[in-house]
Amino acid sequence: MVDTTLARHHPDGAHTWLKRQSRWSVFEIAFWLATLLPFFLFPTYLTLASQIAIAALFAISVDLILGYAGIVTLGHAMFFGLGAYSAGLISVHGWGEPLTGLAFAAAFAGLVGFIVSFLIVRVQHLALIMITLGLGLLTYELANALTWLTGGTDGLRGIRTWPIFNQFRFDLWGYTAYSYALAVLFLGFLASRRIVNSSFGLALRGIRENVRRMPAIGSDHRRHLQTIYTISAAIAGIAGALLAQTTNVVALDALSFNRSADVVVMLILGGTGRLYGAILGSIIFLVARDQLAGVNPQYWYFWIGLLLMFVVLFMPKGILGGLARLVVRREP
Amino acid sequence: MFARFAALVTLGFGLAWSAQAGAQDTVKIGVILPYSGPFADAANQLQAGIDLYMAKHGDTVAGKKIEIIRKDTGGPAPDVAQRLAQELVVRDGVDILAGFALTPEALGAAPVSAEAKKLMVVMNAATSIVTEQSPYIVRTSVTIPQVNTAFGQWAYEVAGVRQAYTLVADYGPGHDAEKSFSKGFTDAGGTILGSDRTPVANPDFSAFVQRVKDASPEAVYIFVPGGAQPAAIGKALVDRGLAPPATKIFAQGELTHPEALESMGATAKGIITTFHYTLERDDPLNNEYVEAYRAANNGRSPDLFSIGGYDGMHLIYEVLKKTDGSTDGDALVEAAKGMAWQSPRGPMSIDPETRDVVQTVYIREVQEVDGKLQNVIIHSIPEVKDPLHGQPK
Repeated sequence: MVDTTLARHHPDGAHTWLKRQSRWSVFEIAFWLATLLPFFLFPTYLTLASQIAIAALFAISVDLILGYAGIVTLGHAMFFGLGAYSAGLISVHGWGEPLTGLAFAAAFAGLVGFIVSFLIVRVQHLALIMITLGLGLLTYELANALTWLTGGTDGLRGIRTWPIFNQFRFDLWGYTAYSYALAVLFLGFLASRRIVNSSFGLALRGIRENVRRMPAIGSDHRRHLQTIYTISAAIAGIAGALLAQTTNVVALDALSFNRSADVVVMLILGGTGRLYGAILGSIIFLVARDQLAGVNPQYWYFWIGLLLMFVVLFMPKGILGGLARLVVRREP
Repeated sequence: MFARFAALVTLGFGLAWSAQAGAQDTVKIGVILPYSGPFADAANQLQAGIDLYMAKHGDTVAGKKIEIIRKDTGGPAPDVAQRLAQELVVRDGVDILAGFALTPEALGAAPVSAEAKKLMVVMNAATSIVTEQSPYIVRTSVTIPQVNTAFGQWAYEVAGVRQAYTLVADYGPGHDAEKSFSKGFTDAGGTILGSDRTPVANPDFSAFVQRVKDASPEAVYIFVPGGAQPAAIGKALVDRGLAPPATKIFAQGELTHPEALESMGATAKGIITTFHYTLERDDPLNNEYVEAYRAANNGRSPDLFSIGGYDGMHLIYEVLKKTDGSTDGDALVEAAKGMAWQSPRGPMSIDPETRDVVQTVYIREVQEVDGKLQNVIIHSIPEVKDPLHGQPK
């Protein structure tokens, strides 16, 4: 998956290899320029575009732990929901400034992520799936029970997000919402890109490939896992906060198992262990959902299932992995 | 600068679109419902109500063709409902928003209806606050406080019950039902001996029913979600000997819905429920409606969702007639205020102040008629309003 030959042969190779990895390719620049296209080509799809950007940021947060560190999770909506509720709650209680709302949501989700990470690093494989699933369900039920705080099944009401920088109001067409979500997605992507292309990122991949060997070469794998889990929780919290601020509503659905499962489906579609896989997966999933549900609102999940089976059978590394195989790699 | 330019361009596109729509003389109605997921059945029943009304009254009103655009939320997701409402308005150029089986859906779409000034017809979502979220919302279903507060009052004043126990499922609608029944009952002078809440999923009722029995109340008020739970609680009640006539069993209509009655069997006999629609109500309009509905849906009977959709469409048709086909949101909502009509459920109207539904609340008792268990109306309370509107929070 990752070409590490250079790192093995040269004494100073690791550093050079990392540097080469973090160089921007033409494809990447073209991709980010293309994200601006909806403004011109599909101005009536901007709300969908903003929700795709939010889903992509959430998928990146899951990719960091699932794709890079090998922590399989079915409960990450917990942090998404915590972020959404914390951003929503400070707005309900009189502070609707969006950027500080994001920071607050990230801090809160990150804090909970840090606490949970002590539990996460102790288990692996099936037990890990069960623990993340259980924590997600517990958070959901907790939010359901705390009706006085969260509004229970009716959802949280009365969120008023102030204009960004007191300048850009959230409009009906979704111009502000998409610009805002896209900007935050880009920053989140830059941070994640920096992380995976650092020596810390390499250590994570080492843990994913062989968790027993890492302590043997002097790497403190538990601390690494805790760090990335906390970061991932904070990013998921930011994604949740974005959803709360751009839609002004939060309901239990933000914490639901469905959301946790959907994000894993997006990752598998796009390709795990690649940041662009997370973004591509969420684009494909949500656009397909929108189009298929438009044709037939009752049975659109059938086609998603079919697509998922096709991808898993014929492109085990996801759509992006499949595409990468087609492109011949240039060796230096 | 750029954003403003782009907004202008799109606005131009949008206007061109709506002009085109006007030229074709169609009225577009965007229906937002949970067509997939755990609430799909409710959505399908509601859609069947809409379809039946359109099949019966044609798809042309005041010289305009009615076009329905359906959108799926997949469940109680307000963000999805909001996005769909936004897209329906911005992209499809709909004139009226409708549907909304679940409260979170209605709450999500409400700001869009307020900002775009579009009439929004809530055909089910039953929480009081829904209609307060946008001045363009009109509701044609029911609210939980509406049927239960009147029921609590009736229990004290007519049925002569002095003390009761409440047992509700531990979720939003259950809490609302508990609160409004208790309020109606205690305001009239009754005493609530105790209140218990059961888990929403797969509860074992025997322990709860035993607690109720230990308190030996004259009546117990029950609210559980439909599906398998009515039969389970019916059995638990009979097992512990907590049954009419010794102890009165009160509930909201879903508990003794025809399909639930079938699974409960004889244990259901004597249960008294409160509801706004009664399938067996003998009335020419209702009989005709039930017959046509069964013919169109493979023999399946209409339920509360169907009647919400049916009356919702009736409201849309009538307001369009009143405005002579104009789809201006303000004109439509003005036309809807105070509108009254005869529905298969009985007489109903739209409160001009709150835009919420005003209707007869029926108290029914499960009795055996011709060897079949039925909800027989034993009392009707006419023109009941939602008691929560206009109250300090």
